[in-house]
Amino acid sequence: MSRHVVARTSDIASGGNKVVTINSREIVVFHVNGRFFALLNRCPHEGAPLHKAACVAHLSAPEPGAFTRTRVGEMLRCPWHGWEFDMATGQSYFDPKGTKVRSYPVAVAEGRELAKGPYVAETFPVTVEDSYVIVEA
Amino acid sequence: MVLRIDCDVHPAVGGTRTTLLPYLSPHWQEQVTSRAIDGLDLTSYPPSMPLSARPDWRPEKGKPGAAWATVCNQALDGLGSSHAILNVIYGAQAVFDPYMAADFCKAINDWIAAEWLDQDPRLRASIVVPMQAPDLAIEEIERRAADKRFVSILVLAQGETLLGKRHFWPMHAAAEKHKLALTIHAGSQYRAAPSSIGWPSYRYEYYLAEAQAAQAQILSLVLEGVFGKFPGLKVVLAESGVSWLPAFMWRTNKTWRGVRVEVPWVDTSPIEIMRNNIRLTAQPFDAPPDKAGIEMLIDQIGSDRMLLFASDYPHWQFDGSDPIPPHLPPAIVQRMCVDNPLETFPRLGLTL
Repeated sequence: MSRHVVARTSDIASGGNKVVTINSREIVVFHVNGRFFALLNRCPHEGAPLHKAACVAHLSAPEPGAFTRTRVGEMLRCPWHGWEFDMATGQSYFDPKGTKVRSYPVAVAEGRELAKGPYVAETFPVTVEDSYVIVEA
Repeated sequence: MVLRIDCDVHPAVGGTRTTLLPYLSPHWQEQVTSRAIDGLDLTSYPPSMPLSARPDWRPEKGKPGAAWATVCNQALDGLGSSHAILNVIYGAQAVFDPYMAADFCKAINDWIAAEWLDQDPRLRASIVVPMQAPDLAIEEIERRAADKRFVSILVLAQGETLLGKRHFWPMHAAAEKHKLALTIHAGSQYRAAPSSIGWPSYRYEYYLAEAQAAQAQILSLVLEGVFGKFPGLKVVLAESGVSWLPAFMWRTNKTWRGVRVEVPWVDTSPIEIMRNNIRLTAQPFDAPPDKAGIEMLIDQIGSDRMLLFASDYPHWQFDGSDPIPPHLPPAIVQRMCVDNPLETFPRLGLTL
């Protein structure tokens, strides 16, 4: 595992995402509720690209008709078959232990800190003025 | 005593203005007499049809299953059962007039209590209820609740609407409160065509469509959230077959993964809910004839708690003296004859 600078924080709009390739793997970085989440860009079911997933609320219901929405936007709903995954953990709703998307640690760092390294950012110009999204993969 | 509980035996109502007359209210006594309302057998179970009674159980006169002594002799002694649950299938459950239905159902239950349950301590029964009016059905349930010999509530599989709907919840609450199972038995009120596409030409088609009705009722109960609301409720599918269950459970589960946001109150997998809350009587048993096929079916059901021993007496589902389908593993037979009925019908009041 090494740490990769993948984007300026300002590159990914809130509610949006960016797909990056690290070690030949496509990883999708989401920005929601002021946080960044990184997941393998591939549904464990049939391989759908998760950057096309709908970002939805965590939906539960203590009883029929009582819709409880929390962590709005932090659940992914796969574009192909509707399976839901938690952006923070990669766990599926229906089988959290057995069915999950691989997730990666994400951090945000200031440009001036990045100068200290060690970071992999060969293709990404870093300036001290900006802040950056770091994925550990 | 060796327990072996037959969960589906059918007594026959001889006639409304004969058998039930003493149990009707004065108003309905006058009505059935002056209007000549008598035999109200469902067209789905004409007494003369071969399926309605095995030839050796058919009496020379009258309807099969009409005499308690004969039923006890043939269904209990003859089939080696220690107890039997009586499920009366009659037109009372299907007539359109809700007040007629309520009085006829009350009369059936009074008749069963007085002329069957009082005659033989091995007998138990399901409460017949007027589903035409759920509030009146609940009144009938409450009226019977103190009599523990009534262990279940009986409804027809093809009723006026699906049983998971909210307006039936007070009935499910009453069932759970009194530890009464809800027995959904093959049969129709004929409010809609037996097949969802329309009227079939043959009874053969109608009879198989009962499995579709059972599936629709399970889906409704599970997806409307009835078992989350009333986790203690046990639902028995009687005379609906068995072997369609695994594929149906798999598909329900698979679809839930993708569309559960429609029904977010279903927060555990439907297959687990079904295994916890749904039971099936094991006659008719529509399974492959070989041992390997039976073992595969049992493995696919994935639970030893779902099957209930039943003869479906006097219906002609099997020949000989053993209603237990061949090749079932002994552990499954033990559970379906004893443990599962005791769990499903706690009011049986029997212990091992």
